[in-house]
Parts: sequence; structure tokens; C-alpha cells
Amino acid sequence: MIVRILGEGQYSVPDSHRDSLNVHDGALAAAVASGSEPDFRATLDALLAEVRSVGAPLPDEELVPSDLVLPSPTATIDEVRRLSGDEGLVGG
Amino acid sequence: MAGLFSRMTSIFKAKANSALDKAEDPRQTLDYSYEKQLELLKQVRRGVADVATSRKRLEMQMLSVQDQADKLEAQSLQALKAGREDLAREALSRRAAVLQQQADLQTQLSGLQAEEEKLVLAQKRLTAKVEAFRTKKETLKATYTAAEAQTKINEAFSGMSEEFSDVGMAVQRAEDKTAQMQARAGAIDELLASGALTDSSGLVKDDITVELERLSSSSEVESELARLKGELGQLPAASAPQIAAAPTPAPAAAEQAATEEHP
Repeated sequence: MIVRILGEGQYSVPDSHRDSLNVHDGALAAAVASGSEPDFRATLDALLAEVRSVGAPLPDEELVPSDLVLPSPTATIDEVRRLSGDEGLVGG
Repeated sequence: MAGLFSRMTSIFKAKANSALDKAEDPRQTLDYSYEKQLELLKQVRRGVADVATSRKRLEMQMLSVQDQADKLEAQSLQALKAGREDLAREALSRRAAVLQQQADLQTQLSGLQAEEEKLVLAQKRLTAKVEAFRTKKETLKATYTAAEAQTKINEAFSGMSEEFSDVGMAVQRAEDKTAQMQARAGAIDELLASGALTDSSGLVKDDITVELERLSSSSEVESELARLKGELGQLPAASAPQIAAAPTPAPAAAEQAATEEHP
């Protein structure tokens, strides 16, 4: 599957890592819900590190849509809330 | 994939899809879309250049703040030499306040530099993708029927839209950040101009400078006086009492009194 890390580009990640990414998804959602900045930072860093290590950067000349869009490494909790529609965008 | 990531993905894509128009017969709009991409790419380049310019201006401002801090330190030393510890303390506490603000901004500035480097990379990636789109559109126009091309073109469009949207957001974020930092640097500038500190032109004098100048001019008066007294001391004793009765010229005395009243 194709995964985009915002501000960084796209990676081709083997489908076998889907479950692992789901675990990260839950952890990041929990950190966002708790509002704890250190938890959020740690889970986001772990998630992006895994994508970078198991994924291969897509060549620049490749033009394909992503299956998954992930926050940028410098994203804040508020930004992730906005990006995921938790704040305003989709009616709260 | 359920949850947070899938919500992020669909919201991002909904936004990205509005970045580039899609057409009924995609083949006809390939050229139009490419023109539009070139235009957007130009905007991105301008954005990245603006961020670099703002960053450089902030760096210059940080340097001038450092100059002010150095000047305050020199002033505190001067005040101490004149025996005015209160004035020295005031200069040092202003210096600390300015340095604190400068340090905060400096941290943000380093973050901005890192972001700028990423933007330059993103811009390079975007340029490569636009070039890839150009090649691909020629192939698609030559090889496929409209129906066959549809899927491939849609895919290329989506890929491009995502890239533009991603880079566009990153540029916007960096621009917002520089604007915030500019506002904070502006606040320091205002502090410098408000009389609390001198501006770099040296035309506006702050209260510490005024006080130090007054101290030095009154001490000059004192030393002149001492010199005159010394000269008079060599004169016949008869005229000495008369002069001793009015030891200091009136203006200097008033100034000295004012200094003592408002330390």
C-alpha cells in the first residue's frame, strides 16, 4: 500500500504491515484523545519511524494516490485533530 | 483501515481533489491541467522563497537585538563606574528581558530552518512529478482511447493533487510561522523604540542613556569647578571667601539636585 507522510512524501509499504499500522492508529488516537503532548509525540514518532523503516520511498516521478495519509513529523495534537475532522471540519 | 488514519486520509483527499480540476474527457484537459500545475508550481516556489526571505530578515533582527543587549551591558558598567548601582541594575534587568525573548525566537528560528530545508526538498519532488506528468500525458494522449485512459489519468491527477496539496499545506504552515515570529520580533522592536531601549540609529535616547549623560556632564562640571578652584587658590586670599560662598553655578546645582531626587 502507498502511505504518505505529510511534508515528507510517499512510501510503498508491504501490506503485511497493515495490522501493525492499525495498532499505531489506535495508540495515536488514544494519545490525541488524552491530549497528552509527550504521549502524542512518542506514538507519532514510533509510527513514522516504522513507516520509514519498512517502507520504500516512492520515486519522485511516480504519480499515484495514497492509501493512507499520515501526519507530518512536526504535527501538533491540534493539527491532527483538525486533519482528522475532530475539530470543526466535519461538524465537530 | 478504520479510525484516525482513515478519517485523516479521506479528509485530506477531499481537500486535495479540489486542487486540480477533473474533466469529462480527461484527455482534453491533460494539457490544461499541466499548465495549471506549472502555475501552482510557480506559486509554491514563490512561497518557499518568501519563507527564506522572512527567515533571513528575522536573523538580521536577532543580530540587532544582540547589539542592544551588548549596549545595555556597556551602560550598566558605565553606571556602576559612576556609582549608580540602581541604574546598572535597571540596565541589566532590561538586558535579561531582551535576551530571554531573543532566545525564544532563536529556538523557533532553528526550527524554521529545518522546515525550510524540507520545503526545498518537497519543491524538488513536486517539480519532478510535474515533469513526470508532462511525459505521462503525452503517452496517454497517444496510446489510449478516452475510456481506457480514464483510470490512468485519474490516478495521475490524484497523485498530482495530493502532492500539490501536501506541499501547499507545508508552505502555508511555514508562512504562518514566519508571520507569527515576525510579530514577536516586532514586539521586541517596539520595546526597543518605546524609550525603554535605544533604537539602532542612536537618535532616540533612552532614559538610561540620558541619565548616564547627565551624570557624566555633571561630573565634568565638578572637575572644571575643581580646576577653577585650584587656579583661584593661587590668587590672593582676600577674594577667596566671596567665591566660596557661591561654589557651583546655578544650572549644574539644579541638575545635580534633580539627579538625587530621581535616582
